Amino acid sequence: MSVKKFIVGCFDDEKVLFPAVKKVRKAGYKIHDVYTPFPIHGLDTAMGLRDTSLHTAGFIYGITGTTTALTFMGWVFTKSWPLNIGGKPHFPLPAFIPITFELTVLFSAVGMVLTFCYLCQLAPFVKKHHFNPRATDDLFVMVLEVNSRTNEEDAKAFLAAVGAKDINVQVAEDGWWLGRYDKEDILVKG
Amino acid sequence: MAALRYESQVRSPLVTGEKTYHQVTEDIVRPIEGKPTRLWYIGLTISVVLLLFGVYSVYREVVYGIGEWNLNKTIGWGWDITNFVWWVGIGHAGTLISAILLLFRQGWRTGVNRAAEAMTIFAVMCAGQFPIFHMGRVWMAFFVMPYPNTRGPLWVNFNSPLLWDVFAISTYFTVSLLFWYSGLLPDLATVRDRAREKWRKRMYGVLSFGWTGSTKHWQRHEALSLVLAGLSTPLVLSVHTIVSFDFATSVIPGWHTTIFPPYFVAGAIFSGFAMVQTLLIITRKVLRLEDYITMEHIEVMNKVIVLTGSIVGIAYITELFISWYGQNPYEMAAFKNRYDLSTPYAWSYYLMMSCNVIAPQFFWFRSLRRNLLFTFFMSIIVNVGMWFERFVIIVTSVYRDYLPSSWSTYYAPTVWEVGFYLGTFGLFFTCFFLFSKFFPVIAIAEIKHILKKNGESFKEGMDKEERESVEEFAHENAHH
Repeated sequence: MSVKKFIVGCFDDEKVLFPAVKKVRKAGYKIHDVYTPFPIHGLDTAMGLRDTSLHTAGFIYGITGTTTALTFMGWVFTKSWPLNIGGKPHFPLPAFIPITFELTVLFSAVGMVLTFCYLCQLAPFVKKHHFNPRATDDLFVMVLEVNSRTNEEDAKAFLAAVGAKDINVQVAEDGWWLGRYDKEDILVKG
Repeated sequence: MAALRYESQVRSPLVTGEKTYHQVTEDIVRPIEGKPTRLWYIGLTISVVLLLFGVYSVYREVVYGIGEWNLNKTIGWGWDITNFVWWVGIGHAGTLISAILLLFRQGWRTGVNRAAEAMTIFAVMCAGQFPIFHMGRVWMAFFVMPYPNTRGPLWVNFNSPLLWDVFAISTYFTVSLLFWYSGLLPDLATVRDRAREKWRKRMYGVLSFGWTGSTKHWQRHEALSLVLAGLSTPLVLSVHTIVSFDFATSVIPGWHTTIFPPYFVAGAIFSGFAMVQTLLIITRKVLRLEDYITMEHIEVMNKVIVLTGSIVGIAYITELFISWYGQNPYEMAAFKNRYDLSTPYAWSYYLMMSCNVIAPQFFWFRSLRRNLLFTFFMSIIVNVGMWFERFVIIVTSVYRDYLPSSWSTYYAPTVWEVGFYLGTFGLFFTCFFLFSKFFPVIAIAEIKHILKKNGESFKEGMDKEERESVEEFAHENAHH
């Protein structure tokens, strides 16, 4: 978490956005992020983001559920209290399948959603800086990071040349903080 | 460009009218920002009254025991478990639409998935009440959980399908809720960023978890939805399979049937789609969302209804055939108790047959599939029929025991058992009314995602691709 300076440009069509992302990256600017109202397939690859490993996490949570269910039921019926149910086996695998399956799904789903929220830093009462409120409506907002070597005027002109509108400079916190959306509690004044 | 946006012009649009991204937001968020109509207040009031009546009925049951429901030694499961299976079944359509159709890449699901998923959650909430209160001593309901206790520890029986149900229903509810809410986050953020009133900004600010719309977050969100859909698909099949195991693994003639799992799952989807129709036909009219829930959507769902209704019909006939083919006298007697007109419950069997098997066949006609009034009427008929299916299975299989001395006299519910059922309607509709007022009933982000492909005003944009040869098309759109 730190306070940084950003150059913000808005696009109103994803057809303009795609080539713009490529050009901006080629020109050597660092894209902080692109905020979009809906998922745009291929934008992550265009921005050079690596694929998410959330699936792998889900698989690991899933097998944790499987083993938890099987070992627990097995322990209960063979060690803790080996109840004689009509002389049937103490470890009836077929009868354990339904609960094993349910716990696999439960662990995987709950684990993945929590991981998703952790990775994206999403939680109730969390507040973040929004570069443009219309990013959740109809604008695709590209945010460039400004560093010591960036010439702001050049960068703004470049964004305009690739089709961005409403270009401005913002100083903002790039992480999250606990805050309310009805209050102007921006941590830094730009 | 990697995003291939081509959909043949021959297919009817899924979003009608001249729409832009902003217009989509406006249309769907409008009911949330405006004042609720008088109809909404009337509906909510009726629902809350029903809910309160249900609460009182349940109170009577808790105080006096389940004899208050006219249940007896022979008919241990009556309306109560019928209602449980009925509500769980209704929930299944929501998961089918949101998960299975996502895996099948069906674009039309985007118009209806949010409301259908909400319906799933509310229906499962209603369903859960029945087995919990059927326990009688409801304050000991936590005994169904396997927790270390001072009685041994005496664990639950993991071989029992009733315990499998506990795990299945609670997992189903949790996963559906997570799936629904994670899909809602971006849309709640949309409402938040448009809000003018302070309380609204604050409320949706909390609810939307600080969603920004970052590309990386979207990438993870997409992965999450896909995996949750992949998990929910077998989950939804397993849930009704396990519900059917409550019957199928018993040795009661009429329940002891291997066909139950697929037959129950088909029936669940059948009744669930009928409930989706009932809700959405009203919702699209009241909230003026005809551009997003089009005739096309209604027709597709009617096709699902005729398909699943016919599967259910085949199952009914197979059951009858097998009871004769098996030549087991008890099994044959159980089925004679259903179809023989001289038996006390034959009327319910024929009501079920006509509502579930004969009535949906009208949907073979296109004009009827696209007739709103008829669809609405049919959606009610189907749900009446599906309620009677569970009633027939449960009551007619148990009311004549092996021992004639324990044959029950005619079973009819008391007002308190009916009141409990009405109470769950109250719960269901109270939740749905609140949902339709405070949440976007259509997935805004998902509609925007398909807009340029399936929107009516973007159809001309496909002209170029439409005229291209296969080679040209492949050359331009192949992976790079």
